[in-house]
Amino acid sequence: MNENNGEIKKMMIILSKGTLENVYAAFVLANGARMEGIEAEMFFTFFGLEAVHKKKLEHLHVATVGNPAMHMPTMLGGLPGMEALATHIMKKEMEKIDMPDVLEFLEILSASGVKLWACKLAMDMFHYKKEDLHEAVDGVITVGDFYKQSSGEGVHMLFI
Amino acid sequence: MEKTIAGKSITVNEEGYLTDFNQWDEKVGEALASEANISLTPRHWEVLKYLQNEQKNQVALSIRRVGKSGVVDIKEFYQLFPVAPLKTATRIAGIPKPASCI
Repeated sequence: MNENNGEIKKMMIILSKGTLENVYAAFVLANGARMEGIEAEMFFTFFGLEAVHKKKLEHLHVATVGNPAMHMPTMLGGLPGMEALATHIMKKEMEKIDMPDVLEFLEILSASGVKLWACKLAMDMFHYKKEDLHEAVDGVITVGDFYKQSSGEGVHMLFI
Repeated sequence: MEKTIAGKSITVNEEGYLTDFNQWDEKVGEALASEANISLTPRHWEVLKYLQNEQKNQVALSIRRVGKSGVVDIKEFYQLFPVAPLKTATRIAGIPKPASCI
């Protein structure tokens, strides 16, 4: 904690999941950093890529299975339509607290100066092309490139 | 606590925000801006007046709301007040720090 008295200069946020609650957590943290004058960069890998995939980012769902905090029996959560229903309810609640949808949030992040990187390995695995991704994405990079971006004092890394 | 800003004794909280907007004037705003290494242009003033107006109407301020105001978009807001725009701009404007996460 000696460097800069432990002051955070930059947040490197890795998003590996495509469930709505995880995407929002990552977006709120990145945007929150910028609001505090902290730099932020995001690395979208594996299912996290769905948050920047043009055709998918508006259709993300909340996970209803394997999430004890949903307080819903797993068998019930697995029924057809349950995910869509839970997502619908969550989106309505988010609107009430002035939370932007995923597309608008992505545009806010980009306008706020958050760098957005897509993981090359995951892109290859899912057969995604750069054109499939939202224009706000700054580039497709390797994990090594991302580490290079993370050099410097007061940089913190977060995996979601 | 009391602080001397632009030659006037002014009450601020521990984060440097004015606790009484009546003590604010443009000279105070300029002094607070220079503390934040910002020299105010007419564009800055438009944004500051907008924020003060929203505060007067008791609107909860957020980056998103500012971006949708039609006064300034988010990109320019960050250009005008590069470090923590909403926090910095509200402090210069003499209004409370918004308790917003978005």
